[in-house]
Amino acid sequence: MMTRITRPAPPGPTDTAREGQDQGRARPKRRTRGGGLPVKPLVLTLYLVFLLLPIYWLLGMSLKTNDEILSTFSLWPIDLTFANYAVILSDPAWYMGYVNSTLYVVMNTIISVAVALPAAYAFSRYRFLGDKHLFFWLLTNRMAPPAVFALPFFQLYSSIGLFDTHIAVALAHCLFNVPLAVWILEGFMSGVPREIDETAYIDGYSFPRFFARIFMPLIAPGIGVAAFFCFMFSWVELLLARTLTSVDAKPIAATMTRTVSASGLDWGVLAAAGILTIVPGALVIYFVRNYIAKGFALGRV
Amino acid sequence: MLTLDTVTSVVDGETHLADISLTLESGSLNILLGPTLAGKTSLMRLMAGLDAPTSGRVLVDDRDVTGVPVRDRAVAMVYQQFINYPTLSVYENIASPLRVARRPKAEIDRKVREAAALLRLEDMLDRTPQALSGGQQQRTALARALVKDASLVLLDEPLANLDYKLREDLRAELPRLFAASGSILVYATTEPAEALLLGGHTATLHQGRVTQFGPTLDVYRRPATLLTAQTFSDPPLNVLPVTKRGPAVTAADGTAVPLGDRMTGLGDGGYTLGFRPHELSLRPPATTAGVLSAPGVVAVTEITGSESYVHAQALGQRWVALDPGIHAVSPGQTVTLYLDARRCLVFGPDDRLVAEPPTLAAA
Repeated sequence: MMTRITRPAPPGPTDTAREGQDQGRARPKRRTRGGGLPVKPLVLTLYLVFLLLPIYWLLGMSLKTNDEILSTFSLWPIDLTFANYAVILSDPAWYMGYVNSTLYVVMNTIISVAVALPAAYAFSRYRFLGDKHLFFWLLTNRMAPPAVFALPFFQLYSSIGLFDTHIAVALAHCLFNVPLAVWILEGFMSGVPREIDETAYIDGYSFPRFFARIFMPLIAPGIGVAAFFCFMFSWVELLLARTLTSVDAKPIAATMTRTVSASGLDWGVLAAAGILTIVPGALVIYFVRNYIAKGFALGRV
Repeated sequence: MLTLDTVTSVVDGETHLADISLTLESGSLNILLGPTLAGKTSLMRLMAGLDAPTSGRVLVDDRDVTGVPVRDRAVAMVYQQFINYPTLSVYENIASPLRVARRPKAEIDRKVREAAALLRLEDMLDRTPQALSGGQQQRTALARALVKDASLVLLDEPLANLDYKLREDLRAELPRLFAASGSILVYATTEPAEALLLGGHTATLHQGRVTQFGPTLDVYRRPATLLTAQTFSDPPLNVLPVTKRGPAVTAADGTAVPLGDRMTGLGDGGYTLGFRPHELSLRPPATTAGVLSAPGVVAVTEITGSESYVHAQALGQRWVALDPGIHAVSPGQTVTLYLDARRCLVFGPDDRLVAEPPTLAAA
């Protein structure tokens, strides 16, 4: 090596020839490097690993015993157990949390979509005084943090006897979900030509019949996406749900945050509860996966 | 019979239709002819009952239906866009008005299949409209209008979005399809040629006003005003302002216009001659009597299928001459234009027709 470097390189054609050789050699080399090192799949895999790691860890924890969680570091459950899930599915204090959450979420989704459908139709088809301002004002409801509304809701519901009921939480969530559903549905509805409405009226359809038989099937994806967004928001919302309930309508998320007992934290059961909380959202998103992007754009794609 | 009685429509302070009175007979074919934004669609929506007029009345068989909602009227409408119910099959699309009217199943089936056969949709009945071609989609819409047996059928430029071959086929079929039903057929179009092909009666519209209504050929041959003649001419009507002084009629630059005795009896003053492109020729006619020949500078030549339209500047006007056959006349070239002055329309100072061509057979 040393001798080679100290010796002056012979000038002229030899140099270019070597360069040419190098180039000739380098080209196939580069190709093999590109094929041998799959950069794109690698990045994607890393991304997915980082994304899924917390969920995997949660799943792992839910299948371990508390001893294993606290004492050893294991990548997968060494002492596989389903006892944590058994606790949740057998103890009313736990599973009623899911029942309560599901109840008010479903109530909220139905109410929100049912209220938003006619409102969105009006915004999409009619012009009336202040329609644009009203439409925008609806969305501003989403701009306030839920904490702002916690106090007035609590006082109002307490005084009219709605405190700690499912409908209380469902109605409170409507404050955020109805505007969102109106915006999403309005976007989908405006994509339907007005002439279809008119053709239906010319054919003799009454408004309710046209709406149910012609119009709703046309915007079915929009209804699905709106329902999904209502479901998702209501399912993950904790502050209002916890403030407005105590025992009878206590949501699962509240149950999960109140498990620090005198005996310490029950890690395994908590992890199992976490996994069970993810499942409904994953199920619902599966059904609207093709329209979700349009939904995030509020139906305006 | 449908009667519009001094109907006016004002939307947001903008007059869409002004003072329209029309009477359309049952079983007649009526054409609304006018450029875009002339008010054809607005007028149709008023006739259908989709919109209410600001003032005036709409009467069906002398019964006032001005405030009656569209679903209680016997109306069918076909739009320029292909409007069908995307979620229903073609069969259900066609059956829709009958289903709403709760007709017996057997009757619905019979009528749908009849209409489908007429419009050559038999093999498409199970598909959804999206799976059809544009022509088939529009035929589905037409079939739906057909089965309803409406007393008023409104076709708003139904062929405008179709390619020309389909347009020609459907245009020939359309009047026949609805002729049997005895309904009032109203057909909106922007194309004068389409009005002539369809026949019937024509109402020419201009900026929300009906400028003339009558049998199509009458309106074409004897337009009451310059405006009607311009609406009913494509390519645009050629005009030549002339001055009459005694028996002599001259153009602005002093060229004598050999009108013969066409303007005898009219007072002196300014007049406008109107003539369509096919009355202006690039070839010298057999006789020169009554022919105005003027030099022109070619601006553009449009070649359509088997004819050429030569746009030329002559006597200070932009004229279009029809030249049979395909001739590429290059821009800038000087040509002689021949106008049979005895065949042009003469409009008075108020743009009203004062002298029509004498022999209609020759026109």
